[in-house]
Amino acid sequence: MPTTAVPPGEATDPLAPNVHRVSAGLMDPRQLITSFPAALRKLDPRVMVRNPVMFVVEVGAVLTTLSALKDPSVFAWVITVWLWLTAVFANLSEAVAEGRGKAQAETLRRTRTDTVARRLSAETVEEEVLASDLRLGDHVVVEAGQIIPGDGDVVEGVASVDESAITGESAPVIRESGGDRSAVTGGTKVLSDRIVVRITSRPGETFIDRMIALVEGAARHKTPNEIALNILLASLTIIFLIAVVTLQPFAVFAGAEQSIVILVALVVALIPTTIGALLSAIGIAGMDRLVQRNVLAMSGRAVEAAGDVNTLLLDKTGTITLGNRQAVEFVPVSGVRAEELADAAQLASIADETPEGRSIVVLAKERHALRGRSEGELPHAEFVPFTAQTRMSGVDLSGDGPGDGTRSLRKGAATAVMGWVRDAGGHPTEEVGPIVDGISASGGTPLAVGEVVRRDGADGAVHARILGVIHLKDVVKRGMRERFDELRRMGIRTVMITGDNPLTAKAIAQEAGVDDFLAEAAPEDKMALIKREQSGGKLVAMTGDGTNDAPALAQADVGVAMNTGTSAAKEAGNMVDLDSNPTKLIEIVQIGKQLLITRGALTTFSIANDVAKYFAIIPAMFAGAYPGLRHLNIMGLHSPTSAISAAIIFNGLIIVALIPLALRGVRYRPSSAAALLGRNIWRYGLGGLVLPFLGIKVIDLLIQFIPGLH
Amino acid sequence: MNDTLAGWLQIAALVIALALSFRPLGDHMAHVLTSPRHWRAERLIYRAGGVDGNADQLWPAYLRSVLAFSAVSVLFLYAFQRVQNHLPLALGMKAVGPALSFNTAASFVTNTNWQAYSGESTLGHLVQMAGLAVQNFVSAAVGIAVAATLIRGFVRTRTERVGNFWVDLTRLVLRVLLPISLVAAVVLVAAGVVQNLHGIQSISTLAGGHQSLTGGPVASQEAIKELGTNGGGFYNANSAHPFENPTPFTNWLEIYLLLVIAVALPRTFGTMVGDRRQGYAIVAVMALIWAASVALTTANELHSVSSSAGYAAGGMMEGKEQRFGLWGSALFAVSTTLTSCGAVNSSHDSYTPGGGGMTLFNMMLGEIAPGGTGSGLYGILILAVVAVFVAGLMVGRTPEYLGKKLGAREMKFASLYILTTPSVVLVGAGLAMARPGERAAILNHGAHGFSEVLYAFASAANNNGSAFAGLAAGTAWYNTGLGLVMLLARFLPMVFVVALAGSLARQQPVPVTAGTLPTHRPQFVGLLTGVILIVVGLTYFPALALGPMAEGLR
Repeated sequence: MPTTAVPPGEATDPLAPNVHRVSAGLMDPRQLITSFPAALRKLDPRVMVRNPVMFVVEVGAVLTTLSALKDPSVFAWVITVWLWLTAVFANLSEAVAEGRGKAQAETLRRTRTDTVARRLSAETVEEEVLASDLRLGDHVVVEAGQIIPGDGDVVEGVASVDESAITGESAPVIRESGGDRSAVTGGTKVLSDRIVVRITSRPGETFIDRMIALVEGAARHKTPNEIALNILLASLTIIFLIAVVTLQPFAVFAGAEQSIVILVALVVALIPTTIGALLSAIGIAGMDRLVQRNVLAMSGRAVEAAGDVNTLLLDKTGTITLGNRQAVEFVPVSGVRAEELADAAQLASIADETPEGRSIVVLAKERHALRGRSEGELPHAEFVPFTAQTRMSGVDLSGDGPGDGTRSLRKGAATAVMGWVRDAGGHPTEEVGPIVDGISASGGTPLAVGEVVRRDGADGAVHARILGVIHLKDVVKRGMRERFDELRRMGIRTVMITGDNPLTAKAIAQEAGVDDFLAEAAPEDKMALIKREQSGGKLVAMTGDGTNDAPALAQADVGVAMNTGTSAAKEAGNMVDLDSNPTKLIEIVQIGKQLLITRGALTTFSIANDVAKYFAIIPAMFAGAYPGLRHLNIMGLHSPTSAISAAIIFNGLIIVALIPLALRGVRYRPSSAAALLGRNIWRYGLGGLVLPFLGIKVIDLLIQFIPGLH
Repeated sequence: MNDTLAGWLQIAALVIALALSFRPLGDHMAHVLTSPRHWRAERLIYRAGGVDGNADQLWPAYLRSVLAFSAVSVLFLYAFQRVQNHLPLALGMKAVGPALSFNTAASFVTNTNWQAYSGESTLGHLVQMAGLAVQNFVSAAVGIAVAATLIRGFVRTRTERVGNFWVDLTRLVLRVLLPISLVAAVVLVAAGVVQNLHGIQSISTLAGGHQSLTGGPVASQEAIKELGTNGGGFYNANSAHPFENPTPFTNWLEIYLLLVIAVALPRTFGTMVGDRRQGYAIVAVMALIWAASVALTTANELHSVSSSAGYAAGGMMEGKEQRFGLWGSALFAVSTTLTSCGAVNSSHDSYTPGGGGMTLFNMMLGEIAPGGTGSGLYGILILAVVAVFVAGLMVGRTPEYLGKKLGAREMKFASLYILTTPSVVLVGAGLAMARPGERAAILNHGAHGFSEVLYAFASAANNNGSAFAGLAAGTAWYNTGLGLVMLLARFLPMVFVVALAGSLARQQPVPVTAGTLPTHRPQFVGLLTGVILIVVGLTYFPALALGPMAEGLR
């Protein structure tokens, strides 16, 4: 997937360094030229009629063309040309927006399978069929180097799969039968081993097919809010049409009958062409911004709903916390120095490749400057791996020379380690119990570290003791609290979902700053929570990957399935995150809001523009009949023809000027509704009021030199 | 006391009196519209009418009731005038002609009270009392009832029941309009307004001439004429007539009466939706627009910057009564054109272009500041819906107002509402201006002549009823055309309001969060005012340019 560099001023996401918080990218001016032919093709009235505002412009352009042919004048032709350009510019915005999707669709299309599938007709009999002939439920064999012919679930075997065609991520992923990692996508490549895949999609309806349709905008339906806005724009268009049509008899009475060209110019200047032209591009670009963040929304409706979300359900692991418990502290018992404990803990963890084990090594290094030793450095060490029975791991070190004795270190569950120490004849001190309880109560996990030293020799003394406790805990991702504060200001409540016990859950919830938590959550609990929120009129967003998440994903208003998840989950959600990064839910909400704000801002801008256009056109039309109306020419425009031309040229140019904004979306900073509204009214309401006065004046200053417009 | 001080004092007294009645009257109406208890008299009426007073209607049924009731009213009033010569108390008046009867019937049922006749020489007492005065009550009640459905739309959830029209109508008449009218009529009589059943009295004047003066039940009709924002005068001169409005005090009282219900309804709204701040925001928008309009109109009349004749005379007293002065006339003119009342105590036609243009613009605002009884509230709430829709997008949510989503269906009805009245005004005026015969009815030439036609259609379509004189609108074409305009512009919007109410009531409310657009703050007051001015201004700017602006700018 192409991603552009982060533009200056855009905050980067501190949580997901591999995901750029890209804007949709600045528009390449060349796109305007390459999209031009498509824009011209869209002038077909059958296409234009779907956009009532721009259809009126096109009809107006036809009328002025006829009028200009009949009574040619410089003015009539200037207006005619600019009306056509206005219609073309509107189409151009849509074509540019679609063009960006088309480029992505091309890339995807190249990866689409025209491969031959090895279908299993019986248990072991293979036959070769075209991928497009595969039906639901067929089993196919895929081996290393081959392309998976269709979407499905692995039913046999395990393989590493290169999914870069879809995700853009070059590191291969593991796909195996059973469990939540069984889904494979058609068009991806098996790198090693052999799997049997049961096909779960019909030809032409695969994930890649849907992706292509989505990014191309072919499957685009108008979203509910877009329809509502279109209704308002259509009614404004009708009002202005009536206002202008009925103006002619008034003008005749005033002795100032107006030409068709001028009346059409007035209509086009008044109807909300700016937003009418850009509305569809805004919608396409909104989907596109999601695609650039590697999120596929199955419908524009889902993107809109994302802006409305009241409650976010976030899985603790991987979203709020780093996903693995980490050592944060060494708590020695009295008489043991912290370094001593750290050293013992590090030695006991050298062979422990789990993230917990690694974190102990790292903590010892960070806190006590104890270099992490590798296994090879300790020649006489014998590592004891963790087993479910002993619930401990550790190391037995024998001295270099005879008589040095052995030193055994164990770390593990407190009861297990204490038992081990007692077995060796030691007596754990009284204080271990309170330390362990304290850590548990704070939501952490205590790991006790024990030591047994056996001296060789006559006395054969054995010295067994507990050195202390390692405090492991779920580490909340950096910046999470700020993110949740931000969400709270936006009026969004966050609920953490975890399988932990309520005590642990509460501690983490407090640390992360979420509003609520659901502990020991079973899939049914999640479902019940969603339904409860929804019955209060709230919109709920969640992420999920497992098959047991599917019902909740389907129930949620915005359900983001992880691409690593099962096909059931992907089927149930209305978005798929190709990066499988659950934190992205927050970004999705912001993109939804940004889409709606862009629409509202440009609508406001468009309507506010009309004021200046009136002050240009009305005096131009009627100052002849009623000289007093020249006072309305507050911009001091050169002549009636230059004034009207300037208004129409401004009206067309502003569309082109705003295409980048429509594609990029207006800047969104999370804040309360009142603050957002205040800022946007100033910028787009007042800006929309003032800017055209300046723009029309400047254009008038330039075009007054055109002969025929004086 | 000089004029300026007197002017300021009566404005101050008016604002204080309205503020004092805001709470009790608003809450009283909320109670009337929500109470489960019926009065005994009401139960008798329901029984007589075969109405189940405890059953709420689905919105289509409510709408059918409104339309059927109004249709029957139009037919009845039409027939009443056509046969008045056969009825008692006719004072010897002839039967009214068909076009005028239709016009008058439409006018009174739609709460417009456009009068293409002069009362004292056309109608007998029976038609005035049993026909027109009855409509003055019920047409006002219908307006409030429709506003009540919209409020219920915001309040109710998961239902399409928006109230019972017959209960609303009966209660509003019996518990709100009748008692206040009764008190007001007594005060008016005490202050000098006539109230009798005398016929035409012949009087010899001091100069030796003869004059015919008609007596009649004036005070009782005057009270509801103002209170119900009807505006149809007993006499042709309306509230400029000394029998209707004899003193500066009655003038002040009439202004108070025509504003009082419309001003208190936002309180009713706030109380019913359970958030009084919402009502304060709405009334603040109304007050802002009203205050600005009073200031502009009074200043125009006082300083006459837009009229050279008035400037030379040091104030525009032409067409105004000495006993009210410039201040009392301007205050009345603004209040009556902003409330769809349409009673007049001065000739709006004679105002300066600036002042007269304001009365025209006031009506074009759609009668929302504070507007007619009921129609003012639902009018401004529809504009609030439009404002919330655009502004709501700018806060990054699909828009919602008072917890109800504004989706395609809601915007369809709101858009149709804001589309209807301007279309009717402009198409009507356009047709009149395009027909040589109707143009001939204009007595003034140039911009002012056009303003007269525009005013007639703006007044009829916004159910105001006042007129720029100088248009001979008594022709069959104008009577029929304006009659149709009044009916269309009254009942089409009502259809959209009740339908919107139904679609809002069906919804489950969305909870309010920090991300919700607040609709009770000064920010929203400013936004809504801006949306109203821009939407109206843009619609009528070209027409206004050819009328008052062309006349006033020199």
